[in-house]
Amino acid sequence: MYFTQHFWELLFQGIRLGSLYALIAIGYTMVYGVLQLINFAHSEVFMSGALGGVFMLTALAGTNGNIPSGFSAFEYTALALIAGAVVSAAVAFSLERVAYRPLRKRHAPKLVYLITAIGASIFLYNLAGKLFGRNNLQVPESFHSGPVFVLPGTGPSGPRTVKTLDVLIIVTAFVMMVVLDLVINRTKLGSGIRAVAQDAETAQLMGVDVGKVISRTFIIGGLLAGVGGVLYAMFHAVSYTMGFIPGIKAFTAAVLGGIGNVRGAMLGGLLLGIVESFSQGIIPNGLEWVDVVSFVVLVVVLLIRPTGILGERTGRAA
Amino acid sequence: MSTTSISELSAQVRRLRKQDAWWKNPMLGRLAIIEALVLVLSILTNQVQGSSSDYTLLFKSSWFSSRGAEYVIGGVLIWIIAEAWRIQGLRRLAGQTVDVAGRRIAIILPRSFTRQYARLTAFIRWLIPNRWFRRVLLLAVVAVAIFLPYLGLFTLPYFQSVLAGQVGVYVLAALGLNVVVGWAGLLDLGYIAFFAIGAYTTAILSGKLPVGADGNPEAHPPIHLNLFFAFPIAVVLTMTAGLILGAPTLRLRGDYLAIVTLGFHEIVLQLAKNNPHNLTNGPLGATGISTFRFNLFDVHYDWNPTDSKPYWFLAIGLILIVVFAFRRLEHSKVGRTWTAIREDEVAAAASGVPTVKYKLMAFMIGASTSGFAGVLATAKITAITPDNFPLQLSIFVLAYVIFGGMGSLIGVIVGASLMTFLPFFLQGPPSWFNSGKPVVDPKDIPMWVGAVLLTMMIFRPQGLIPSKRRAQELAQAEHGVGDADAMTEPAEGVAP
Repeated sequence: MYFTQHFWELLFQGIRLGSLYALIAIGYTMVYGVLQLINFAHSEVFMSGALGGVFMLTALAGTNGNIPSGFSAFEYTALALIAGAVVSAAVAFSLERVAYRPLRKRHAPKLVYLITAIGASIFLYNLAGKLFGRNNLQVPESFHSGPVFVLPGTGPSGPRTVKTLDVLIIVTAFVMMVVLDLVINRTKLGSGIRAVAQDAETAQLMGVDVGKVISRTFIIGGLLAGVGGVLYAMFHAVSYTMGFIPGIKAFTAAVLGGIGNVRGAMLGGLLLGIVESFSQGIIPNGLEWVDVVSFVVLVVVLLIRPTGILGERTGRAA
Repeated sequence: MSTTSISELSAQVRRLRKQDAWWKNPMLGRLAIIEALVLVLSILTNQVQGSSSDYTLLFKSSWFSSRGAEYVIGGVLIWIIAEAWRIQGLRRLAGQTVDVAGRRIAIILPRSFTRQYARLTAFIRWLIPNRWFRRVLLLAVVAVAIFLPYLGLFTLPYFQSVLAGQVGVYVLAALGLNVVVGWAGLLDLGYIAFFAIGAYTTAILSGKLPVGADGNPEAHPPIHLNLFFAFPIAVVLTMTAGLILGAPTLRLRGDYLAIVTLGFHEIVLQLAKNNPHNLTNGPLGATGISTFRFNLFDVHYDWNPTDSKPYWFLAIGLILIVVFAFRRLEHSKVGRTWTAIREDEVAAAASGVPTVKYKLMAFMIGASTSGFAGVLATAKITAITPDNFPLQLSIFVLAYVIFGGMGSLIGVIVGASLMTFLPFFLQGPPSWFNSGKPVVDPKDIPMWVGAVLLTMMIFRPQGLIPSKRRAQELAQAEHGVGDADAMTEPAEGVAP
């Protein structure tokens, strides 16, 4: 049977995809924590990060097909990741400044927030389409992705090997998540974020600058989404509409883990990636139905356990 | 008043606010904001489209060119005028006279004019709420709408087609979404999914789907119906779809509905593209869908896709029926229940209102109206593919409702007509712009719609022609009195 034959390959694919979902889901869950808002424009933050990384790579490596090696490969990759993170953080920051802050200042109702978010999302991705063309962008390779080790079982074209790119994606994602977890739990900013998530008014009375905390939450979410975007761009098509599907998936992951709960978002992302990957192996023509599967997962989770696996924990130590 | 001059005063204020550093100067800050806006605008209004091979193309053509210079200078001019205006206002506040070139300037209107003006405003104030005036006005507007295809611009087949296929259809759709967003206070981002269900139902009922193995539709499908019968069937189907989707999600916090409906739209599109059991014919869709026929009491009439006028008359008729029904609904027990839920869901639930049931009702009514509009649209365009129902369209219809004023029937009709008509007007029919370029590239329209949503929400959330009640709710909610949406989680143990 296909699934049992390819179990390890599918599991690995799932972890690779899931770790990216987790990176994006953290942005959703943190913003939800502090603003109680589904930030629909977060998928555009992710997209802009991918674009930033691709532009950086194009500027450094060019599109002539030469793959850098040695130290320059490391340097280019690192610079692309940093560029993506910075661009995403800038977009997320200005999004909060331009769109959400005026609403927050006048205590707008939730419906207004949600419509603003969806308006910002559609505006941003169409603006990106206008700026950088509506075709898929060429992504230059920043390093030669050679095999690292071989997975058990056989793939469609011989045994499936784990490549450098896969290792890079998973290691970067996990390092980011661990650092974030430390930031949330150990630093002053982290306790500020937790305080605002728990009760913004009381936090303000205790001397927390709520505006600053919210804007830094957006920046952190943007940084993670930007890194996720660049990593995603390394094995996936890049265009102005690329953010939508991963965005919805990541939101599903955040709900799956328990919205507002940062560790929940990480767990939910990984789980969703694995479920998706397995469904490709189990369902015939699975690739066509992947999106349907993750949507069904979302509805089922909402039906059975709307608070997610680890529970909604807006505010409590994540 | 004291003789302190404005510049001294503002210097004192700046010192108090510690804004003495030049980069903290609010005046320069305003200049920076205006210039940033102007630079963004110069990109938005540029007809050039970016390319994926040269990322800097659009920046070069809109900033580092004469166009950029014009926009920057324009921004500076706007800033100078705005600052002058501000200073005038401050002077007036400080009780100082306005001196222009050493002369005092005052505009004094003749007394007769002011008296006439007062009389006029009093008359208008009496006229507007007058019931008979409103009825006559309504009749006049409907009459003009009916005869629109014979007037001026609209005699062109291009604009007739826009009227029937865009304005009519989306006014109908927006009216339905108004029930969900405007009255029940829920956010439905997958509204066009129901529209697509209606459209595919129409295609199946008219015998063009599912196609046979040889791709010939005529050989296989079982049903050939007059499309008027598609309306009730589509309504029933979309209502059921709304029930299946809404029943689990409406029990939860309101914002989950938004994301679930968004996902639902994507799923419907995927289903249409994946072609299960050859039902939807995949990306090719259906072509040659028959249109409406009327055969009753020896009166025979066939709607013909080449002539848009009959479709427009049909659309007007349907819109009138729907508006009449919704007006009754708005002031019925159901409508008042929606208001109660919107304004304070917990209180409504505590007073014994089955909130989930009423929210579900609104969601289903919205869904069925969307399916209704889908049938109408399909009969007009006679060919559908999954690409006819992009996700953006759902958000467009939301934008029509928001722009017009959610909760207000007139507002929604005006908003939807304006926002569907304007893009096509700006592109113009092929005959207008065969020589030159179109004014607005149709590819940029989604971007402008997003911008409209954003600016409306930031500056005028109640919309162009707001519903009085809805506007008040929005304003009060901002002062912490009640809600303006049904987004709170139903209180545990209270809601059924």
